[in-house]
Amino acid sequence: MSALSLGKDLVGLEPLSAEQIELILDTAEPFKEVSERAIKKVPALRGKTIVNLFFEASTRTRISFEFAEKRLSADTVNVAAVGSSVSKGETLVDTAKNLEAMRIDMVVIRHGSSGAAQFLGQRIRSNVINAGDGKHEHPTQGLLDMLTLRDRFQRIKGLKVAICGDILHSRVARSNIWGLTKLGAEVGVCGPASLLPRNVHELGVTILPRIEDAIQWADALNVLRLQLERMESGFLPSLREYNRVFGVTTERLARAPKDLLILHPGPMNRGVEIDSDVADGPHSVILPQVTNGVAVRMAVLYLLAGGSPDWAQGGGD
Amino acid sequence: MPSRTPLLDDRAFGRTLARMASEIVERSRGTEELVLVGIQRRGVELADRLKRLIDGSEGSNLPCGKLDITLYRDDLQTIGPRPVVGETRLPDLDGKTVVIVDDVLYTGRTVRAALDECADFGRPRRILLCVLIDRGGRELPIQADIVGTSVSTGPKDRVDVFVSELDGRDAVELVRSGA
Amino acid sequence: MRPILIRGGRVIDPSRGADGIADVYLEDGKVAAVGRDIGSPEQALVLDARGKVVAPGLIDLHVHLREPGNEDVETVATGAMAAAAGGFSAVCAMPNTDPVTDNQAAVGFIVSQAQRAAKARVYPIGAISLGQRGQQLAEFGELVGAGAVAVSDDGKPVVSSHLMRTALEYARTFGIPVADHCEDPTLAAGGTMHEGIVSTRLGLKGIPSAAEEIMVARDILLAEHTGGHVHLCHMSTRGSVELIRRAKEKGLRVTAEACPHHFTLTHESCEGYNTNAKMNPPLREPEDREAIRQGLRDGTIDVICTDHAPHHYDAKEREFDDAPNGIIGLETAFGLAVTELVETGLLTLCDLVNRMSTMPARIFNLPGGTLAPGAPADIVIADPKAAWVVNPATFFSKSRNTPFGGRQLTGRADVTVVRGQVVYQRER
Repeated sequence: MSALSLGKDLVGLEPLSAEQIELILDTAEPFKEVSERAIKKVPALRGKTIVNLFFEASTRTRISFEFAEKRLSADTVNVAAVGSSVSKGETLVDTAKNLEAMRIDMVVIRHGSSGAAQFLGQRIRSNVINAGDGKHEHPTQGLLDMLTLRDRFQRIKGLKVAICGDILHSRVARSNIWGLTKLGAEVGVCGPASLLPRNVHELGVTILPRIEDAIQWADALNVLRLQLERMESGFLPSLREYNRVFGVTTERLARAPKDLLILHPGPMNRGVEIDSDVADGPHSVILPQVTNGVAVRMAVLYLLAGGSPDWAQGGGD
Repeated sequence: MPSRTPLLDDRAFGRTLARMASEIVERSRGTEELVLVGIQRRGVELADRLKRLIDGSEGSNLPCGKLDITLYRDDLQTIGPRPVVGETRLPDLDGKTVVIVDDVLYTGRTVRAALDECADFGRPRRILLCVLIDRGGRELPIQADIVGTSVSTGPKDRVDVFVSELDGRDAVELVRSGA
Repeated sequence: MRPILIRGGRVIDPSRGADGIADVYLEDGKVAAVGRDIGSPEQALVLDARGKVVAPGLIDLHVHLREPGNEDVETVATGAMAAAAGGFSAVCAMPNTDPVTDNQAAVGFIVSQAQRAAKARVYPIGAISLGQRGQQLAEFGELVGAGAVAVSDDGKPVVSSHLMRTALEYARTFGIPVADHCEDPTLAAGGTMHEGIVSTRLGLKGIPSAAEEIMVARDILLAEHTGGHVHLCHMSTRGSVELIRRAKEKGLRVTAEACPHHFTLTHESCEGYNTNAKMNPPLREPEDREAIRQGLRDGTIDVICTDHAPHHYDAKEREFDDAPNGIIGLETAFGLAVTELVETGLLTLCDLVNRMSTMPARIFNLPGGTLAPGAPADIVIADPKAAWVVNPATFFSKSRNTPFGGRQLTGRADVTVVRGQVVYQRER
């Protein structure tokens, strides 16, 4: 019996200890095996109701969570909610209360506002799992990235991982920075200075000015997707320039001093931040990341369900 | 005042296992289509030992698997930190005679979970249950086909099984609560 | 009207450099006499001020009273009562109401609402531009004629430097200040808190200090160019304080205000996405807080104002991005100022009264801020040692959006007198 618990919600990796993060990664291992079986189901969460509350469109994360939930025998409902409190009329508070009134056991939420997962978690008794809140965190992505690194390198401590791209707007970057530094890795950030937070060095990361520097330094690159809006809001001139200056290309990788592992949270902009040859090449672990994603999410749901609310008492407030 | 009584010392342990190994072969009418599956944790070590004993005397190479039943437990609804999930790795079970091996048979719930899990992996022709210690106290209608030794215990007693692979020695001890 | 004798208090009057035990006698709505052992007629109301401070009523140059348009969160009447409870005998109401206070009828409405409430005085501030749209000047003459004491587009910055310039020049004709909310809209757009390590960790878009400082610099240059009086609202950064200090050294007509939250809290208060720490300009870094305090000490920052901004509970009970900016402040300002500035030895009580009463009256040309005989009988009797815990449920304001609930403060108003009438007296 593990004595460590995760609490009620998973809102980010920043509040977790190294032990808690390792618990999740260790717990994900047996769940990898479940996904390899002919019958990809275990009864561990049988009868639990889980709502996937997605305020931002996301096919891959939602499907990954849905598989994780179903493989644990839970009942899942997908809600594609639109807009923010202001634009859609029903506040997040009301949405939360409605879910609680339906006695939902767990909510997986993706929302455009930083802090939304924590906001929800403070107001309902169900377990809340953050599937991405604004620019704040995407903890299960950070976890699956770490699991993938651990698979290949057998450790996290001392690994040099460079996160490349739009760090300023990236919740994946933040979750990775927290998770990796807590487990003793060295984290570097590489991107145009207009896309790096001014005080990013205060998070304990190394700034790598050019992609060539990152390639020389790192054991693994985590390549972030570049959003089109950044051009439109004046952070970057063009996708073409980004690829020419910061793109992870075969030519650049050829000059790496070691066999660099390439990660990408997806979906990829082929030819922008990463070339197709690299994405499909022998150093890429982009597909194993996806596989690990289901296992990690199963582990998180399994661990959180241990502290589920007792509906019999309480009687609703 | 709890009292600790040895049930099997290391030589009795070895003799019992040897007897269990030949009973398995007898009950399965030979080693064709025979598969051993150990339940995590100590059932795995016992299954390995039985495999070696049977392979040694029958010249076979029995497929041997390991099963972790944590995700099939019927008490996962209770609140509390989650039990650690161990490794599950099974050979092909379809049409086989599967002998489930565990160290102690008590309420029968672990075996029920193991049966559910095996069903998700395939359809054995037949399943037998082999345990080192049957301590009584069944809560489900489950019986062992091959038993090392039986002992009658109360709910506050404990049966400790030690295997040299994990604990440095082979022994079974009964701890009576004395209450 | 009954005359009032305030007896035995420590009378602080920065306008005359007075600080000592004395009696104050009020008659016919004016200060009649200040001195020792003043006698009084039998029918006078005698207020025992022993152990207390007696000062000219506090004046808040920057509040939002939400009427007309958002009477559910505050009205002129409830705001005037909240002000009185905070020791304020007068407040200036910003024009970003709905509709905007950009014409004489609107100004007159506020004046008459304030008269009906008969609590603290409420002086309307008129808009700089029609509808605060930043294009066409409002009729300053009409506004002033109806009772406006200044003009501002607060809520929003005056984006067009040309408009700010013409406003400063035109306002000179009427002798009123132009108050600017200093914020470069393109730098600040989308920002919800200070741009710093906390915003990076919380994943919130930040507003850099430069967004304020750019407009402060611009306004100072225009004040110099036009000879007009610019009043800089709610200063929050050390860079702004430095710019103002140099402007004053040059003798320019630049005045500035700062709010209690900017000399008390920092951006750390936003942790946990606390929407009661969300305001504009945002809470900044500890060094900025320190610079504001020093600015209040050396007079670079002339006055303390609250930027009292009522919001409904539901409005603040939202994701941080969506919550509106602002907190209320009338009923905690004096306590915060005493606790954070006087108890720490940074300011004397006399300095504090100067910043909260005398200087506000002076820079906006308002009656009050002084206890000179003939001055209006606007008085606050305060206990500078009273220890109390902030309980928003007891506020007179209709709103409760404050981050200071539960906070232990020292210093509280006991009695507020306006026009020679007691408008607030704290229950024992």
